Amino acid sequence: MVGVYLSGALLIGVLLYLLKNHVANVILILAFIILQWTLTIYEYANLNSTQLVYFTPDALAVIFLFVLSIVSVPAFYHSFVYFTKHPYKPREQGMFYAAMVILNASLSAAYLSNHLGITWVFVELTTLSASALIYHRRSKLTLEGTWKYIFICSISITLVFIGILFTTVAVQQAGIKDLFYPVLSLNASKLDDFWLKLSFLFIFTGFTAKAGLVPMYTAGIDAKDKAPYPAGAMLASVVMNVGFIGIFRYYEITSHSSIFEWTNKILMISGILSIFVATVYMMRVKNIKRIMAYSGVEHMGIVMLGMAAGGIGYYAAILHLILHSFAKPALFFQFGQIYRTYGSKSIYDVGDYFKYNINGAIVLLLAYFVITAMPPSGLFISEFLVFRSVFEAGELWILILVVVLLTFIIWALGKNFFKMLFINPVKDYPEKRESIPFTESISQYILLILVICIGLIPPGRLVELIHAAISTLPD
Amino acid sequence: MINILLIAFTISLIYIAMANRLITYIRIIVFQGLILFGVAFIELIEINPANLIFVLLETIIIKAVAIPYFLRYILERNKITREQEPYVSNFVSVVVVTLIILGSFFLTYTVHETHIRKLFFIVALSALFTGLYIIITRRKIITHVLGYLVIENGVFVLSLAVGSTMPMIVNTGILLDIFVSVILLGIFADKIGDVFEEQDVEQLRSLKD
Repeated sequence: MVGVYLSGALLIGVLLYLLKNHVANVILILAFIILQWTLTIYEYANLNSTQLVYFTPDALAVIFLFVLSIVSVPAFYHSFVYFTKHPYKPREQGMFYAAMVILNASLSAAYLSNHLGITWVFVELTTLSASALIYHRRSKLTLEGTWKYIFICSISITLVFIGILFTTVAVQQAGIKDLFYPVLSLNASKLDDFWLKLSFLFIFTGFTAKAGLVPMYTAGIDAKDKAPYPAGAMLASVVMNVGFIGIFRYYEITSHSSIFEWTNKILMISGILSIFVATVYMMRVKNIKRIMAYSGVEHMGIVMLGMAAGGIGYYAAILHLILHSFAKPALFFQFGQIYRTYGSKSIYDVGDYFKYNINGAIVLLLAYFVITAMPPSGLFISEFLVFRSVFEAGELWILILVVVLLTFIIWALGKNFFKMLFINPVKDYPEKRESIPFTESISQYILLILVICIGLIPPGRLVELIHAAISTLPD
Repeated sequence: MINILLIAFTISLIYIAMANRLITYIRIIVFQGLILFGVAFIELIEINPANLIFVLLETIIIKAVAIPYFLRYILERNKITREQEPYVSNFVSVVVVTLIILGSFFLTYTVHETHIRKLFFIVALSALFTGLYIIITRRKIITHVLGYLVIENGVFVLSLAVGSTMPMIVNTGILLDIFVSVILLGIFADKIGDVFEEQDVEQLRSLKD
């Protein structure tokens, strides 16, 4: 199935690029969405069965596949909306859709891969396809954003490769032949500490560019700001998951070795620094898309804290990622509408949003509570569980520090969101533009309601899958 | 023989530090590609023929011909001035690169490890850090791509040093990805030349908080 899926996606991508016709685009995208869902359901039905040697749908991969398939449907829908409102040349449209399809396919393959090298190959492919998306508008600023994104991601992915080579050294000492994750986990205790530490450092640093963590988070910020909003939604959610899965797979290997304590410290440091950096920037940035990009850095920091603390933290981390991947796209889709109304992404130019688009304003108000993890939001549950795990791990001072930082973030977001909703824009009101139909806000409502529902009443199958995903980690 | 080639590779790193003209950089990249071809040929002669031919073609065609040719095309098309415009003087660069090589020596000899080949390891580390140093200290965007290529060459030597256990298909994927990313970097460097007046990182300062 993976083979069919990858070749199908490649074919659809090429056709989208070649056929510069609106009807053909719609049919091909629909075909791809069906293909994506077929893959997801097939892999779910065949849990843990290896296909094509290098792909195994384990629980974590299946969870992220479902998240990707759910997010990609509204992302494609909003791409259509985007192109009806901002007409581009057919060639540029075709390129955009093709890049979206290739991005989806490489993300799916990277989730499913069970080999260190294959993960590398597909994560690199996500960089290449994402760069086409970021460059879509072909202006000076997008060029700058794309250049920085490709360059930092290329350097990071080279770091991951060096990490893989160091793993090879450790693996040869232990007399193992290949780099499949299950084999590595099984033999982790035989691997040399020094090389394992070195490769973890390199691989972790490399994947932070995708996951949006300190130290390499900078690439993602410009990318999410400059990409068209449907692509920004993908970059801010499912692409961050691919960075996480890269880190998680290696973390799982080290969890069976003697350096586990040390890896937890690294994750903890990176998590705290990420939350700190996000707080500092969110208090002063005035561009709504950039604020949300930094909010992603903050949420990944919380995920890392949960992972480092262990215990219930693992469950909370995975749940937090799932919910975050639903909440963030909803916000990005909404920002697309704000940009259409005001022609600007600056907090100063946006105001009194209720007057212009009441559905969108309600989405924004709901999204504020969801993204800051206020009680009806599912993120509240996962964040609370992360805090509980940090408390149980005995890191009281870290907990206090993080809670103080999060308070600042809630304040910063509240100040900006309520300004957009209720207070007049600093400059003149924009003249009344076309009213945005309710149908374009439905997907945002669905995503936000998903976040609330999954948090409050998590489906039994999902809980089982999460527990299966973390079953190999020590308590 | 292999020692001579690796030492020549290291000398080319010092030469990069003091080269003034961009065309010299590209020639050094060609030279390094040829050396890597030789090293790969001697090292990998025992692996299976398909794999060997693939690696050899990769080094000679991609590293020594295609990429340098493409970069040269970009240089000419964008009328990039000849100087590489460093932030620091060439003398300092030579000293720093020499220190990098010395540092790599010390670093390698502090690691007690029998599975890796020390000379390969030293050369690889030196190339990695030299590449990073070039990226940090040069002003032109095209020089950053060249620095990335030096890093990539270092990684290639490193993969020979540890003796990769990766199967053919994985290697193919990795090499293709690297090739495409270099081409993409080149294309965007080209576009930056079209859009901005100068191909200079100073121009890329508008995205910030």
